[in-house]
Amino acid sequence: MFDGLDALLLARIQFAFTVSFHFFFPAFSIGLASYLAVLEGLWLKTGKSVYLDLFKYWVKIFAIVFAMGVVSGIVMSYQFGTNWSVFSDLAGPVIGPLMAYEVLTAFFLEAGFLGVMLFGMNKVGRKLHFFATLMVAAGTFVSAFWILSVNSWMQTPVGYEMAANGQFLPGDSWIAIIFNPSFPYRLVHTVLAAYLTTAFVVGGVGARHLLKDRANSHARKMFSMAMWMATLVAPIQIMAGDMHGLNTMEHQPAKVMAMEGHYESHPDGAPFYVFGIPNDEEQRLDYAVGIPHLSSLILKHEWDAPLAGLDTIPDDEQPPVFMVFWAFRIMVAIGVAMLGIGLWSLFARWRGRLYEWNLLHRAALVMAPSGFLAVLCGWITTEVGRQPYVIYGLLRTADAASPLDAPAVGASLLAFIVVYFTVFSVGIWYIMRLMSAAPKVGEMGAKRGDTGPIRTAGITPGPTQNPGDADVLPAAKEEAE
Amino acid sequence: MDLTVIWAFIIAFAVFAYVVMDGFDLGIGILFPAFQPGQGRNRAMNSIAPVWDGNETWLVLGGGGLFAAFPLAYAIILPATYPLIIAMLLGLVFRGVAFEYRWRDPGHAKFWDAAFTGGSLVAALSQGMVLGALLQGIEVEGRAYAGSWWDWLTPYTLLTGVGTVAGYALLGATWLVWKLDGEAQAKARKLAFRAALATMALMGAVSLYNLGLNDDYAAKWLTAPEIYYAAPVPVLTGVVALWLLRAIGKENHSKPFWLALALFGMGMAGLGVTIWPNVVPHDVTIWDAAAPHRSQVFMLVGVALTMPLIIGYTAWAYWVFRGKVGDEGYH
Repeated sequence: MFDGLDALLLARIQFAFTVSFHFFFPAFSIGLASYLAVLEGLWLKTGKSVYLDLFKYWVKIFAIVFAMGVVSGIVMSYQFGTNWSVFSDLAGPVIGPLMAYEVLTAFFLEAGFLGVMLFGMNKVGRKLHFFATLMVAAGTFVSAFWILSVNSWMQTPVGYEMAANGQFLPGDSWIAIIFNPSFPYRLVHTVLAAYLTTAFVVGGVGARHLLKDRANSHARKMFSMAMWMATLVAPIQIMAGDMHGLNTMEHQPAKVMAMEGHYESHPDGAPFYVFGIPNDEEQRLDYAVGIPHLSSLILKHEWDAPLAGLDTIPDDEQPPVFMVFWAFRIMVAIGVAMLGIGLWSLFARWRGRLYEWNLLHRAALVMAPSGFLAVLCGWITTEVGRQPYVIYGLLRTADAASPLDAPAVGASLLAFIVVYFTVFSVGIWYIMRLMSAAPKVGEMGAKRGDTGPIRTAGITPGPTQNPGDADVLPAAKEEAE
Repeated sequence: MDLTVIWAFIIAFAVFAYVVMDGFDLGIGILFPAFQPGQGRNRAMNSIAPVWDGNETWLVLGGGGLFAAFPLAYAIILPATYPLIIAMLLGLVFRGVAFEYRWRDPGHAKFWDAAFTGGSLVAALSQGMVLGALLQGIEVEGRAYAGSWWDWLTPYTLLTGVGTVAGYALLGATWLVWKLDGEAQAKARKLAFRAALATMALMGAVSLYNLGLNDDYAAKWLTAPEIYYAAPVPVLTGVVALWLLRAIGKENHSKPFWLALALFGMGMAGLGVTIWPNVVPHDVTIWDAAAPHRSQVFMLVGVALTMPLIIGYTAWAYWVFRGKVGDEGYH
């Protein structure tokens, strides 16, 4: 299967595959954890059971997403050493501590409070349970903070000193390393992307159940909340993306040239290509369809601003253009579509048709998974766009890999592909099944098991609390047989 | 004070915390088939469902911490044990998702139970074999692994692998003695006794093997003056072992579990004596592999600030789910 591929390429495919798969889960769980915190907070504040029901509806899904995120994330934390040992040795002194901080301040926090969040509602008080939910949400965010700082440092490395043995050593300011030039932009853009991704999943699920039953008050509530997110966050995200792009142009101009498909320099204003087939060999964009001057307008905010092209970059320092060019376009198109849904829902809300407009619900349903595709394309843009470097301008990807033979890397890649596709497809299938059940009054939580008699009251009695998820108990089923 | 030594102890602590905490989770996975489908298995799994994720995080701290504090060691050990690490990670994938999946899909509960056991077994075996591969020595040239594909596969690494499986089973079984009652507890007690015997036999075998592995290890354990520092380790281990066997026979609560932890603690101490001051035997000392002073200081501040909190809220989470699973369950 992998004949003729060298160990380096296989290692790159393996990293791309495992990290892409992994990122779907945090992209969802960062947003979902915050959504759960909002729902529980609203429940505590208003006492309305609809919020508790929605919390319990989504917390079951969160449990599965989180488990998949954890197991695929541990793979990532070891992947640096298994496949990129030279990189680990050379960059470890700078980025290792940031990743250690991620473990200490984020992973323990979310994992430590997750058990109480999922299973502890009747074991601790309401406020303490809410605190646990908040800690899980905070953990997901803090995790994003550190890992994006690491990624950003690799894109825009600053604050380091070179040792004689080739290692990158930290300079005198960790603040400079952590808050490296591309980090604030990447952090905002990525976290907003996670919120939008979650909003569209929640909105899509709400829309699906509204299409079946417009009167479902729970579906209405989740749809309405999700559409507010789309309306408010999509425009902010587009602005954040624009600023991120300008930052990239300052620090990684070749990446922006690839995003734009600008093989040639344009001294009198550059066009924005809507379509084109990048041709690296001939260094030109085939079948190009462009809007004159638009690129200059977007990137320089000036009609005639000159823009340099890849002809100013030596061939062996250029990223492969095709993937960057198209991934960027798909991401932008989805962003614009999200904005469209947000505005449409605002209009529908104003006309009092938010819960009745079938076409809007269908559109929201179609858009439900769009955030994942946008996030994936965004990462392809930034990661392929910084090639051929792993630490931008300083360490080439080709010089960073482990001294492994191709069959070893190929075999492990094959194993990852087989296991990930089976295990995570099944997980996604379970999530879809949970999503296809309509949210209802007296929703079951994430608890499970047949341990002891079913009680309706715990430490804080309430009619909406329930013990086990009785209808999915293996034991109950086996006993019935 | 030498920060490199402090960091070596911090990493050792993280590895030990991982081994004992995820050790009992994995041990329950290994012993899972011994319990009846239905209530027995459900209760066994529910006794760890709220805490396994936090337990596994120590693995990320062990690996991430090694990356951060001893990047050269991380860059050598992982390629040297490549297939084992990959197998461990994939095992942990199956084990981890089984916690959720088996409840979501009763029709395939048996499949996910098998995945839970298989994943736990593979992860435990791989971890033990990584330990063996490390102890038997790793060939290094310059700053990289220079051995061959199969260096990690020897009778010795198989022995350490099986020993780890037995040890984890012991931790899991004693945990279940603590958390279960009635018939299931009696079952766990029986398993704990057998696992304890197996663990002790394998620990002894690995220790003896170590002496023959190379002159360096033998010198540490058998010649003066080192022997005066080293000798208490096997003596104390013997005392703990006997105490543990007695406790398994009659205690209903946590005592066997704590003694099993003590046994692991002694094993860790023995390991420390054997490997010190190398991090990759026989070529790389902790000082060779250490991150620069600035990295060590920065991380030490983080550890000093967060570790008390982490231990605090982890203990709290365990406290929330205290008591027998049969009595309290998830109510």
